[in-house]
Amino acid sequence: MKGPKPVSPGSKMNIADSLPGSNGTLGRDVQDVIGEQLRAMYNDLVNQAVPDRFTELLQRLDKRDDEGKH
Amino acid sequence: MVTEASMRENILATLPRLRAFAISLSGKVDRADDLVQETLVRALTNINLFEPGTNLQAWLFTILRNQFRSEYRKRRREVEDVDGRFAESLTTRAEQHSRLEFQEFLQALTKLPTDQREALILVGASGFSYEEAAQICGCAVGTVKSRVNRARVRLAEILSIESADDLGPDRETQAIVTGASSR
Repeated sequence: MKGPKPVSPGSKMNIADSLPGSNGTLGRDVQDVIGEQLRAMYNDLVNQAVPDRFTELLQRLDKRDDEGKH
Repeated sequence: MVTEASMRENILATLPRLRAFAISLSGKVDRADDLVQETLVRALTNINLFEPGTNLQAWLFTILRNQFRSEYRKRRREVEDVDGRFAESLTTRAEQHSRLEFQEFLQALTKLPTDQREALILVGASGFSYEEAAQICGCAVGTVKSRVNRARVRLAEILSIESADDLGPDRETQAIVTGASSR
């Protein structure tokens, strides 16, 4: 079964072609591809909504601090 | 002493990045959220240890990282469901193609040794300098650099092995097939 047609904006993965021997450093292009993918994944995670419980937790502790001060 | 209000705002502003770090480190949303919660509690109970004017984000990342590492040691013997659950819940908002790509990439990421993974994420995604990452990980700058390099090489190997042996030349199409059946 084929899924939806993938659209890949400039993130061609030709890693197999540009791999070094077994121990060398990576070619620039491979590093760039990996870096791009990593940042894309991470940015997606950063853009996800943060669960409310965290903001609530902060507010609760904040209030407690205020009370402690007065 | 920093006022609580501005401190809270600063912590709030860091939350999405802190959570992204936790998810990429642990590979699981629910576990990542527990990590974030624990980090917040620890940070706020030890807020007097934070030096105003220093990097709050790095401080929070350090707490979370240490929390993750100590839990990791405890849970080491548990069988981790690396391929399954986390990828499903992870990117519900992302587009289909992106989701598949992320799933594949994250699976590769979770196969890295923890010290390499955290170094790569901190430097390559979270935007920390090598020096900051070294502070967060409690190691030398040179160690971070070599971990990042090894992580990249290893990731390339993992991805190319999958692409060459399992997926064949038409990687995009094959990724959908394997992504859907999840092996």
